[in-house]
Amino acid sequence: MEKRIRVLVAKPGLDGHDRGAKVVARALRDAGFEVIYTGLRQTPEQITEAALQEDVNVVAMSLLSGAHNTLFPKVVKMIRDKGMKDTLIIGGGVIPDADIPGLKDAGVSAVFTPGTPTGSIIDFIKTNVK
Amino acid sequence: MDIVAELLAGSRLALSRAITAVENEYENATAIMQKLYPHTGRAHVIGITGPPGAGKSTLTDKLAKIYRRQGKTIGIVAVDPTSPFSGGAILGDRIRMNELTLDEGVFIRSMGTRGSLGGLSRKTADAVKIMDAAGKDIIFIETVGVGQSEVDIVKAADTTVVVLVPGLGDDIQAIKAGILEIGDVFAINKADREGAERLKAELDMMLDLDQVKAEWRPPINQTVASQGTGIEELIATIDGHIDYLAASGELARRRTARTRSELIALIEEHINRHVLKQISSSGQLDEMVASLEKRQEDPYAIVTRLLAAFLR
Repeated sequence: MEKRIRVLVAKPGLDGHDRGAKVVARALRDAGFEVIYTGLRQTPEQITEAALQEDVNVVAMSLLSGAHNTLFPKVVKMIRDKGMKDTLIIGGGVIPDADIPGLKDAGVSAVFTPGTPTGSIIDFIKTNVK
Repeated sequence: MDIVAELLAGSRLALSRAITAVENEYENATAIMQKLYPHTGRAHVIGITGPPGAGKSTLTDKLAKIYRRQGKTIGIVAVDPTSPFSGGAILGDRIRMNELTLDEGVFIRSMGTRGSLGGLSRKTADAVKIMDAAGKDIIFIETVGVGQSEVDIVKAADTTVVVLVPGLGDDIQAIKAGILEIGDVFAINKADREGAERLKAELDMMLDLDQVKAEWRPPINQTVASQGTGIEELIATIDGHIDYLAASGELARRRTARTRSELIALIEEHINRHVLKQISSSGQLDEMVASLEKRQEDPYAIVTRLLAAFLR
């Protein structure tokens, strides 16, 4: 049995800034994960369907447009509705500290803001993935 | 309901989880493949191969859209390389296929090569069988970006499309052995670039040098996948090959060869596992190595002795 952690790195929303997502994708690759990268401007529907088809253990969303309070919870709900109960869902980007408790209540397991070492994201995934 | 029943009833999640189980060799993997096996053999499998950046994903996206308009359901297995150092991978083929994501008649799965060197992963053929059992009419296998010798696709696909781009080398490249021998159909993509006509002429020459008078001479299409140019013509060529395979009996021959090679591979895998497990857990393997290092025995004698013991 050679399980490998699969992570969907997704960019929901309309901002076109994917440097952060690419840096994280690369770091996860170097940590031995299989990273499915889907590109910019994904709708919650597309992210959910890609997560389902790829059977990922983790959905990692990067968002810098300010729409996180709408889009992150929407993705969580859609993923759970599709029967993916164990998928770890995390987010990152320019997200005000004040918004983080609300996102966690909505089912986003962790939120990584600018300055987070990629090692902490990797550790979090390794510790929490089911 | 178990995963196979759900899959056969149309569950996309079950399809996805079945591929994971087989790819990771979970305990239920063999049982899943056993139950699905009777439902396989219906899909037409199209291999898309070619060098990195040739436009394989974009081309696959466009071809899939046309088959969808014809009402056919589609499976896509997209393979990207696994790092030999970390074991990780960036699987990025979906970037070119985002418009297909929400089409329920399309199922796309990305796979890392996980150490395989032939352009596919070891479990690619199983993923194709699972999609086949799930009722997909056409299944595309997109290989990793290949160089010259990654030709496993020819064993896995019914029709192999080799995608080339202008500007990668002179006509000596075209007569070398390897991927240029495996194309049933050639697509010169990015054909709006300089050198497309020359590449076509060189390929034509290479194909006409073929000493075996084959019934099917691989046609060469020109495409600009990003703009959708030449895609209808490429589909017509592929459909022509599908018709030829059926009419000539070549499809049956190819599938027999595939069934045989898959069975041989499975036998080898099981013999390997059985023998190696036994000699490593018993400590025999270490003893053999020690004996070799002291030059007390030679490896050929050991293998003969070992096989005699197992085949008794």
